[in-house]
This record gives sequence, structure tokens and C-alpha cells, in this order.
Amino acid sequence: MSKPKVFEKPVGVRDYLPHAVAKLRRIELGALDCMRRWGYEQIITPTLEYYDTVGAASTTSDRKLFKLLDHRGTTIVLRSEMTAPIARVVASLLRQAPLPLRLSYHANVFRAFDEGAGRDAEFFQTGAELVGDDSAEADAEIIALAASALQAAGVSSFSIAFGHVGFLNGLLEEKLPGRRDEQDLLKDCLLQRDFVGYRDRLRELRLDGEDRRALEEVLDLRGGREVCDRALTLGRSGEVLAAVRQLGEIWDVLGAYGVQHLVSVDLTMIGDFSYYTGMIFEGYASQLGFPVCSGGRYDNLLAQFGRPAPATGFALKTTRILEVINGQADEEERVLILYAPRALSEALAEASRLRDSGLAVVTASLRGEADWAEAERLAEAGRDKPFEYRGRTFDRLVVLGRREEEAL
Amino acid sequence: MSGIDWLTVVMPKGRIYRDAVRLFRRAGLPVPEEDDESRKLIVSIDGASLRFILAKPADVATYVEYGVADVGVAGKDVLLEENRDVYELLDLGIARCRMSVIGLPGRKLPIYPRVATKYPNVASRYFREHGQQVEVIKLNGSVELAPLIGLADRIVDLVETGRTLRANGLVELETMFDITSRLIANRVSYRTKYAQIRALCESLARAAETAAAGGTTSG
Repeated sequence: MSKPKVFEKPVGVRDYLPHAVAKLRRIELGALDCMRRWGYEQIITPTLEYYDTVGAASTTSDRKLFKLLDHRGTTIVLRSEMTAPIARVVASLLRQAPLPLRLSYHANVFRAFDEGAGRDAEFFQTGAELVGDDSAEADAEIIALAASALQAAGVSSFSIAFGHVGFLNGLLEEKLPGRRDEQDLLKDCLLQRDFVGYRDRLRELRLDGEDRRALEEVLDLRGGREVCDRALTLGRSGEVLAAVRQLGEIWDVLGAYGVQHLVSVDLTMIGDFSYYTGMIFEGYASQLGFPVCSGGRYDNLLAQFGRPAPATGFALKTTRILEVINGQADEEERVLILYAPRALSEALAEASRLRDSGLAVVTASLRGEADWAEAERLAEAGRDKPFEYRGRTFDRLVVLGRREEEAL
Repeated sequence: MSGIDWLTVVMPKGRIYRDAVRLFRRAGLPVPEEDDESRKLIVSIDGASLRFILAKPADVATYVEYGVADVGVAGKDVLLEENRDVYELLDLGIARCRMSVIGLPGRKLPIYPRVATKYPNVASRYFREHGQQVEVIKLNGSVELAPLIGLADRIVDLVETGRTLRANGLVELETMFDITSRLIANRVSYRTKYAQIRALCESLARAAETAAAGGTTSG
């Protein structure tokens, strides 16, 4: 490979300029503050983790993990999500901490995408995990918190769909008992959102009419509470009943939270089956082609780190949210202090006083005729409205010292 | 989700467009007959709250994945090659053909055969999964020439009637996939505009069924 040009960056990573950072910080702080008010405490974990522990436990497929070798030759991964690192912390440093634990995070995560896919290799996620509570209330709390965090992050219009992996698992086992390969084939189709392939596979399986219809109708199971009733007509195994009952309970708790108008039940929702064990959900903003948050219940993950416990959580796709929220919100007032060199101490003292009161202050000295001319022009232009100085916008101008003094 | 939003449909230009239009019209959706490229690329149908965009067939899935179109009509060949994250909702049964391995009859293959194709990802995956090692050469057109001029030992391409192959003295050695056009949908649109997409899907499904039935009686 030829040497990169000096300004080049690796594929999929980006710089954030001040305007974007201000937006990003508003999303981050809004979401984290919302989570704090729900009793979730923020933690920070390292960027690097062992491939054999966190790497193996994460949902990210192996080829999408960034791997490197440390000086001893051990394989390291750049964290691809935060759920597995948090599970590690809960099972180690927080081992003695009583459950349930409510933790939040904001972090950069890394995914290797196929060359030319144009996706971010590094992006931000802001999320929450509720560890040690297996109730429907916990699942509903996580969905309601996600809705609240999306609002706090500035996403004005969105909806959330939730489902349950147990329903499809149970239904497939009921209709295709013991036929794991065929079940996996059907799940694979759904995971790839290939409904045509799913129907084709079903036809090839030569099921009896009623069973086939039931499995085909799965593709249409979305809507409000009534979806649960329809789901019950399709299967009656223990796993199916348990999943539908939990969905109904979550729905009712979401009603008590007052967020039912934002959510829908969607049993076609497919999460990674090896990871999620119960409720799963995704959030969609109306102006964006990609989900803005996702999450679900993962009761088997903690056991991989030696502290079996139920858990449920979600992550906001913070970098995606950046695309949907509107730019300028209330930024602090920016003051420009221009001063004659002799007025230096006075200028800096004034700057310090204004900064203490929460304003953003920039100081610059006036040297020579051209600077003074510019200062007078700015004083004229910026009397009541923001003005530009050297490419930056300011709301207020303070000029200290006098031109005549310098001229002497 | 109250009120009816516009649904943006991306249609493939060229060969598939005519078949797709016939199907949409059969479903009661008055899509303009011609994909006149000199005119504007965006056409609206007010009564149905549909807006149509025309795109190169290979780009349809990309438009839909990024959400600039809610749904689209894409060949399975494109979906296999592009591997985009979209819903594949319905087999429209149009532009029916197959993707095949094609070659000159009676040729013995070298140890490391060269395969020319417009579908390098599909070809590479197919041969890997069949335990064969090949060198895949990406071409952008006139693929059937490659074996004749010695550029490749095999080609992977779409076969509709097989006439072009026969005219060039080529034979279809292996059918890889049956190909038809599919109705695809964006991940978010499929949830936020579910009622509309479902209605479109159902009327197209009925139209596709009657088209298939009509095809068998007339043939």
C-alpha cells in the first residue's frame, strides 16, 4: 500500500468540529442526565478488552471486531459495544454490590465494516443497563427510559417497537419439534429480513396447512395489545404462552408510565438469538432510515463472567441521533474583549469576571491603525446583534483603552 | 401514526421497469408507462400518495437502505450482490431468470480457473461455499465475450432464454439461483409506515398472483 497523504485518516473514522461537538455533547449530557434522574449511575470502562473474554461474549460477529496484539502477543479487541464490558465489571469489581444495579454509560465503540461499506468504524453510544431484575417492570422501565432519553437527547418524533425472542423460539419448536437445523434456517431468513426466503423455506418444509399458516402469520404480528391475543391463536406451548404473557405485562406497565402512544408490539422483531433471551426493542425516528436505539433482555450474559444474573438494557445510537436533531440550541453568550495594550490588566480582569458569570470570553489586543479601524467598525455593526470577528460569531463587544493613547 | 404520509418508491430503470409497471398497473397503481430518461426522475401519483424515483437497478437497494426511498423494486441478483440491510417483502414474479455458471462446452478447467462476472461478491461466495478455488474477474458488461476471447474459463451471469448463450456457443453448466424482482422496504419505513407498505404489498401480491395464473393459462 502506498503511504497515506498527511491529511488522510483510516476508513470509517471521523473528526468532529466544534459545531458537531456542541451537538454531540448536548445529546450525551441530555441523555445521561435523564438516566441519572432515573437512578442510573454512569461508569467508564477501558477501550481495550481481551478478545477471549469481552470479545467472545459480545454480540458483534467476529469479523466485525477490531483485533490487535499487545506486547505479549495476547489478542485484544477495541470494544464493539458496552454491554459485555459492563457485565464484566458487575461480575468483578461490583461483585459484592447487591442487585439490582442501574448503570449508564457514554462511550465510543468500534466495528470493522467491509471495505467500502461507508459505515462508521468508530461511533458513540449512550446507554443504560439494569442488572439483577427479571420482572416485566424492569423491561418496561428500560423501554420507558429509552423513550425518555430520546426526548432528552432532542429527538422530537420517534416510535418504539418491542417483541420477544421467546415467542418465535417457542412457536418454531412447537411446529418443528427437534428440527433445529430447519428452525435455524427460518430464523436466519428473519434475521436477514428476507420474508420471501422465509416463505419459500416454509413451503419446502411441507408442514400441514394450519402450522404453515401460523408460521406465515408471524410476519404480520405487529400493532397494539391485540397482537398478543392474535399471537395466542398461533401457538400454545409453554414458551409461547410465557413470552406473550410477558409482552402483555410489559405493555400494561408502559401504559402506567404513560408512554403507550409511543410503543407498539412487534413479534417479527428479530434480535440475535444467541444473545437476547426475552424482550427486545428498537426505536425509530421519523426522519432517519436507521434505528436510533435498540436493546433487550440478555439473561445469559452475566453467567459467562461468573455471576449469573438477569439483565436488560439499551443503547442510543448517539452518532445517528446527531443526524436527526436540529442544530442551534441555546448556546452561552460569547463576548469579545478588544483592548489597547496599556489596558491589558483591566481587560483580563474583566474577562475573568465575565467568565465567572458563565459567559464565553475571547480577548485580543489592538495593535495599530487597522485593528482600531476594525474595532470601530465592529462596534458600529454589532450594537444589537451578533457580529463576526475573524470567522467566529460573538454576541457582545467590549473595547477597553483609547486609540489616542496608543497614537502618542 | 395518524394521517397518510407519502410513500417513496424507487423503481429500476430499463428492462425491469416495463414488467414492474405492468404489475403496478394491474394492482391499480397508475405508474407512468415510460421511463423516459430525458424527463424528470421523480413522478408523483396523488390519488395513491405514491412518489416514484427512477434509479439504476444496482442502486435500488442502496436508496432503500439509506431511507431516501421507503420501498423499491430490486432484482434478487442485486440483493445477493449488494447485501444491503433491507426487508425483502414480496416475490413479484417479474423479470424471471436464473443466475448460472456458464462456459464453453467440453473444456477442461485449469487448476485455478478464472471466472468473469458482473457479480463478483456472489460468484466469490458461491465458489468458496462449493469448495472451489477460482479467480473472480469483475466485468461491467459483455460478460459472455470473456470465455470466447480467453479472458476467463467460466462466467457467472443471468440467463433468461439462453438465446445469447447459444448464439455465442456457450452452455449453461450449473444453475446457481432462480432470480426474480422483489419488493424491498427500508427498516424504519417498514415500521413507521407499516399500514401503507402492507397495503401496497397486498395489492402487488394479488396482482402477481393473477399474473402468474394468467401466464399458465395462456402458456
